[in-house]
Amino acid sequence: MSEESIISLKNVNKWFGDFHVLQDVNLEVKKKERIVVCGPSGSGKSTMIRCINRLEEHQEGSIVVDGIELTGNLKNIDNVRKEVGMVFQQFNLFPHLSVKENITLAPIWVKKMPKAEAEELAMRQLEIVKIPEQANKYPGQLSGGQQQRVAIARSLAMNPNIMLFDEPTSALDPEMIKEVLDVMVDLANGGMTMIVVTHEMGFAKTVADRMVFMDEGKIVEEASPDKFFNNPESDRTKLFLSQILHQ
Amino acid sequence: MNEMNEVRKPPVATTGIIGWLRINLFFNWTNSLITLFVIYCLYQFIPWILDWTIFSADFKYNYLGEQITNQEMCSRNLDPENGGACWAVIYVRFYQFIYGFYPKVEVWRVNLAYVMLAFALLPLLYAKLPYRKYFLYFTYIFPVIAYFLLNGGLGFTEVSTNKWGGLLVTLVLGCTGIALAFPIGIMLALGRRSKLPVISMMCTLFIEFIRGVPLITLLFFGMVMLPLFLPEGIDMDGLVRVLVAVTLFQSAYMAEVIRGGLQAIPPGQYEAAKSLGMSYWRMNLLIILPQAIRISIPPIVNTSIGLFKDTTLVIIVGILDLLGIGRGTLADTNWLGLSYEIYFFVSLVFFIFTFGMSRYSLYLEKKLKTGINMGAD
Repeated sequence: MSEESIISLKNVNKWFGDFHVLQDVNLEVKKKERIVVCGPSGSGKSTMIRCINRLEEHQEGSIVVDGIELTGNLKNIDNVRKEVGMVFQQFNLFPHLSVKENITLAPIWVKKMPKAEAEELAMRQLEIVKIPEQANKYPGQLSGGQQQRVAIARSLAMNPNIMLFDEPTSALDPEMIKEVLDVMVDLANGGMTMIVVTHEMGFAKTVADRMVFMDEGKIVEEASPDKFFNNPESDRTKLFLSQILHQ
Repeated sequence: MNEMNEVRKPPVATTGIIGWLRINLFFNWTNSLITLFVIYCLYQFIPWILDWTIFSADFKYNYLGEQITNQEMCSRNLDPENGGACWAVIYVRFYQFIYGFYPKVEVWRVNLAYVMLAFALLPLLYAKLPYRKYFLYFTYIFPVIAYFLLNGGLGFTEVSTNKWGGLLVTLVLGCTGIALAFPIGIMLALGRRSKLPVISMMCTLFIEFIRGVPLITLLFFGMVMLPLFLPEGIDMDGLVRVLVAVTLFQSAYMAEVIRGGLQAIPPGQYEAAKSLGMSYWRMNLLIILPQAIRISIPPIVNTSIGLFKDTTLVIIVGILDLLGIGRGTLADTNWLGLSYEIYFFVSLVFFIFTFGMSRYSLYLEKKLKTGINMGAD
């Protein structure tokens, strides 16, 4: 493992029953690097990033995040989760709590931050995602794009070193995708280490340092965006790109 | 253009009282016939029931103006032409119905406990209560206060539980059963869904065993078998034994109800909580249970009402609750044959409590639904 890698996956294997969902996956991510993962559905890209904060367990190989190896050790898992923020396709906001409470909950209960300080932090995060006026509403009263931005703010409030995005715009109406991507671009420009699973190739071209293409549980191709889009090596990648870019 | 801007009123016949009547009661001829039939039945029934329960009824004195002390003096027994219900039996036995055989000198303690119970329930029932936090502290210590107040100790004379009866026993069993079963039920529900096989198996076994056994069997079990499990020399109070049985029974049902709520929570909620670094307990206490319990309010209240009524079964192990006192009164030669009055009264008291619970659950559902839109997805 190189010294500056903040995330390192080595020969990671995982099965769902008999289905071999991750096959010898190797991935090194450096600090402040922005990785975009793409691939057809069922290719294991979501499973891979969910292994990084242990929402899924890998069965073989090793995953090291910020110097902490992910094993059955619960304390390690908690420590990794404090370092890694995650944004989901379905937002997964807590519907019984207001927007502000959604954001302050983890700082107050996990980081033991005083309530006033946490609320101040929440308002700052809402400014960053550009919806401070929604602080006292409930998730059900917001549009999808607003909900996803709250979800990003909620993750950022824990001050993570790494952000994982699992198809953050796939559940959104087309006109809301841009407002979420804008926030993610700002975040990328701010120097956050990011792994983004997405089919938004425009976003990938703008921010990605590296593209990762997965198919059938394997990483088929890893390349700079320039090379990936203009001169991909594998035929599988070419086929995928032709399908996704010329719909 | 003016005609376009004119305010148009809705057709008269679909709004107001007449509109409502037309749509709901006289929509077509079958509908009208049913309406007329129901009106006729009500016309026959309501005057009769009002006459029997109030206008022709004896309360304390019969129609001759004598104070009633036994069933022979009831107006309807003196003169079959005259008189409705004979409520004097309730009047005379009122003390027993409410307190059982609790000594009269000490009865202020029960009254105080009743009043304190009302205060303890206040912050639970009414979320906007001023100083709710302090009321809640009182709610938490109320069971301890009530124990010493009712049972004795701490300078109070002891009143053995075999002197308790009537509404007192019904409320003690109902409230304690419901209050204890709720946290135990939550733990059992979480336990049953636990990933640790030993815990999950133990909780499942417990729930299935208790649920598979009739409450009466559990009551006998509490009365007869529980003392065998205790070390020699320790005698467990009869009422406590019954309470244990009732609580176990209710916990198993509560666990299943709450498990139903837990199953309705999308996995994304667990994942979001975990990805924020929350531990198992924090995740459940702050994220999962508040939502699961909210979903389960109707069945929680349903099983609670069920338990409140099922407490009447303690009569078979010799504890006299409200219904037990009623049946005891019926066995008294002085009040022989007044079963209508007694069962009517007992039913009414139960109905007041259970109807209150059901209304409260509706209020809760409405409050939680209007304040918070749960439809996030």
